[in-house]
Parts: sequence; structure tokens; C-alpha cells
Amino acid sequence: MIIADRKPLQEIQEMIKPYDKVMLVGCKGCVTVCNAGGLKEVQILASTLRIARKKEGRPLVVEERMLERQCDPEYIEQLRDSYDQYDAVLSMACGVGPQFLSEAYPSQRFFPTVNTKFMGGAVQHGIWEERCAGCGTCIIHHFDGMCPIARCSKSLQHGPCGGSAGGLCEVSKEIVCIWDLIVRKKIEQGRLDDLRKYWAAKDWRTARDGGPRKSIREELVK
Amino acid sequence: MSENGYKSGSNLEKVLKAGHFAFTGECGPPKGANVAHLKEKMEPLRGMVDAINVTDNQTAVVRMSSKAASCLMVQAGLEPNFQMVCRDRNRIAMQSDILGASALGIRNMLCLSGDHQSFGNHPESKNVFDIDSMQLIALVKKMRDEGRFLNDEEIDEPPKLFIGAASNPFGDPVDFRVYRLANKIDAGADFIQTQCIYNMPRFREFIKRAVDMGLTEKTYILAGVTPMKSAGMAKYMARSVPGMDVPADLIKRIEGAGKGKMAEEGIKFAIEQIQEFKEMKGVAGVHLMAIEWEHKVPEIAERAGMLPRPKVD
Ligand code: SF4
Ligand code: SF4
Repeated sequence: MIIADRKPLQEIQEMIKPYDKVMLVGCKGCVTVCNAGGLKEVQILASTLRIARKKEGRPLVVEERMLERQCDPEYIEQLRDSYDQYDAVLSMACGVGPQFLSEAYPSQRFFPTVNTKFMGGAVQHGIWEERCAGCGTCIIHHFDGMCPIARCSKSLQHGPCGGSAGGLCEVSKEIVCIWDLIVRKKIEQGRLDDLRKYWAAKDWRTARDGGPRKSIREELVK
Repeated sequence: MSENGYKSGSNLEKVLKAGHFAFTGECGPPKGANVAHLKEKMEPLRGMVDAINVTDNQTAVVRMSSKAASCLMVQAGLEPNFQMVCRDRNRIAMQSDILGASALGIRNMLCLSGDHQSFGNHPESKNVFDIDSMQLIALVKKMRDEGRFLNDEEIDEPPKLFIGAASNPFGDPVDFRVYRLANKIDAGADFIQTQCIYNMPRFREFIKRAVDMGLTEKTYILAGVTPMKSAGMAKYMARSVPGMDVPADLIKRIEGAGKGKMAEEGIKFAIEQIQEFKEMKGVAGVHLMAIEWEHKVPEIAERAGMLPRPKVD
């Protein structure tokens, strides 16, 4: 799923300074699962914003809404009747949400309240890690299911670099060197020869480097 | 292969092919456009080494470009070993710089991954890593030997470069390091310069494996030496430089020399190392990285019996 973190409160307060009545829209998709923009987070942010503004003597009306998903026009449509009753709309979805919202309702102003970070999953309660960089040409079967593109700090196809030490990446003691894991697994399984292979330079056109991407499923297009 | 059977005809290539024990040095370009400062650092190396590595924004700190500094060396009659890292350039810029380097008379090139930008003075920057060091080695070889760009288009005049790569015998996972070396040789590395060696027993083991695998027949391995200036430096390297192995007894030895004598002890150890490398099977030379200590190189070269440097035509 897509992992996001709530933006710092101050940044959100700054964004909505000019407004007195806003709608805060959560999403039941990824951001609910990663506890960044689900119902609970909508409620907490809404009341925090209200209390802060009350203290300032400039009360703020915050309408709380939840959408099934903000990456689907079908659900975005559900705001058609209400979107223009607010000075601004805040989205708690990943970066896709506020964009789909502003495409559907060009006259309204939309603000992101989370920082969208990566594609990954929970490795333990409250900790999420990156697993995929969406390069568009998956090669992880060559590396025993571990992705060197997303998980090596230098995206090396022939690792590990000289900075790998004690299983950790040279960049930080918080980062596991994925190449250390790949090599150890290959050695363990007696497949070290796999690592004697040479991989040609990757074609990055399928990644973001080729420009914004699109996926067309002919059979579904009407 | 170009004329006389040489791949690039660099001095380093000639010295190694003639069977001499090679000696290379290193010079970090200045943090500015200051040519006088660069000359100050490179002049002590004149006549002392066979080629001088010119670092490419080492530790991700912005400095004068390695290509420009290498070119200034060529103009001054010194031989550079132009370093290129994968961190800052995509394949377009790399191939263009490879051609440019050759056009400027640069004849050695060392292909590296490069320290991550988070180490340096612009940690906010984007990292490139379009290709990795293995692919860079293969790229230079393809350009030189096949006369083709990465996309297979023909090059009108291929670059002439003696291709170098790095090896860290002490990086983890240790068992894999010799295979990684083998991969670099297969990709096209004509010579290898190792990470600074302090743990001699571990290095002896590493080189023995390389010899047993026949790797030292296919490439020239230059053992990396960096003299310790103080116990503080030794401790710092042991603690903070990833992939560096500094044994505790070496730190003790430097410390034991006492105040004011630690640098001399560090130099003594470096000289002992060089003397052992000269006799060590599979080692074709020494790469001396006297970081910000270039003026000490003549003394070390002299005391280690590396002078005069051979002249091969
Ligand atoms: S190889 Fe590409 S698609 Fe596959 S996991 Fe890695 S980044 Fe994602
Ligand atoms: S230490 Fe490992 S993860 Fe970090 S850049 Fe090097 S190979 Fe990649």
C-alpha cells in the first residue's frame, strides 16, 4: 500500500489560516491502514484544529467526511452537493486524493494534510517500510524476492557497495543493507553463482524517468 | 587494442605490463577554482608515483571536477587516474565525460559507485545512480574496445582509457568480496585499487583467495595504504568509516608511540605494509592515499624503497 505521514500541525494551520469553514476528508484506503488519514485521524485532526482556533478567538468549523477511496472518481462524486459550502477542503488521502478532488471540483481549493512517502507495508505494529519504487519492470525474482531498486540506497543491481557493514547500509544505522540480505540468502541456499551474473543497465523508461505514466487495460476501456 | 598492444598507453599500464611493482598516489581537488592550491597538492607527487588518482567529489563534498583537475595534471606533465562515481551523472553525462576525458589526454579511469550524498555537504540533492559501478566498468570497456556507446551506436573515435575499479576486501558480507572482485574483472577492470588496508591477516587471506581463483592473472591488484596520522584518526576510521577494518592492536601501537610520535609510527606501519606487499603474491602494486598529507609522499616513497620510479617507453 501507499504509506503516508500526517503533516506537522503547524503547517496545516498555516495553510488554512485565511479560512473559517473547512471540510476535512479522510480516505478508507491505504491511509486508513497506515493510520495517517483514516476516520480516527480525521477526528483527531479536526478537533485539534477546532480547539486551537477557538483559543485564538477565531473559531473554525470543520466538517468531517470519509470517502471509500479518493483515487476513484466514483467516490469523489459523493462530495458534489457539499464541496462548495466550505472555504476550503483538506484531504487526508495520499497525494492522489487532493488531485482527484481538484480535477473534479476546479472552483474549490484543496490542501494535502499528509506527506505521501512510499509503497510498502507494516513490518511491525507502527513501523512501515518501503518495498517498491514502482520502476515498472519488476526484477525481484533475480534477487530472491528482495528489491535492490527500492531498498538499496544507491539502487545497485550489482551490490553490495564497499560501505556495507554489519548488515547495515552506509547511509544510516537505521537502514538494512538489502544487498547483505540478498548475498546471505544466496550463499545459504547455495546459489552464489546467481551473483556472478552481469545485469545490463536498467531501462528506466518504465519508471518515472520516462515521464508520468499511464496504464491502459483495453478490455476495460469503453 | 590500440597501437603497441596497449589498451590506453598510460604510464600506469606500461609500468604494470612491464612487470614493475606499481605505485599510485592520490590527490583531492580543491574546494574552489584555485589552480595554485591543486598544484600545491600534486607537485609533491611528481616523480614519486606512476599515476595520481583524482577524486570525484569524494565523500559527496563539492570540489573542482575530477575531469578538470585531471586535465590540469596532464597539462603539468603528470599522469592522472580520473575517478568517476555513479552518484552524480546519468549515462548521457558519463559517456560524454568519458569521451571528454580521453580527448583531454587522460588515459586512466577509476569506476566507482560513490559515497552516498547523505555523507556530503549537499545531503538534500537527488541521487542519480542510473547505472552502477559494475555497469560503468562494462560501459567504458564497450566504448573503448567495441567503439560503441551503450545504445550500440558507433563512436567515431573511441576513448583510450586503462580501466580501474575498487575493491573492499573488508566490506560485508566478507565471503562475497572476492566474487565481487571477480565480477569487476569480468566486466572489464584492467586494474584494481583496494580500500585502505590495516588488517594484514585478513588481507593476506583475501589475496590468497584471489590468487587461487586465478584473478590476479587477469588483473593488476594495487593494495591500498593510508598512513595513520594519529591514534585519533585510527579510532575515527575504526568507528565511523563504513567498511573499514582497523584492528585494535594497531590503534594501541600508534597510541603507544606517544605524543608527537604517532605520525611517525603511522608512517612506519605504512612502510612495513608496502614492503610486505612488494613480496606478496598477487599484489601488483600499492595505491598510497595520503589524505591531506601529499607532502609526505616523497619521504614515504623513499623510505619504502619505491624510488626511482621506472620509465617504460
Ligand atoms: S524491481 Fe521495480 S517493480 Fe519490482 S519491487 Fe523493485 S521497484 Fe518495484
Ligand atoms: S550499503 Fe548496501 S544498501 Fe547501502 S548503498 Fe551500499 S549496497 Fe546499497
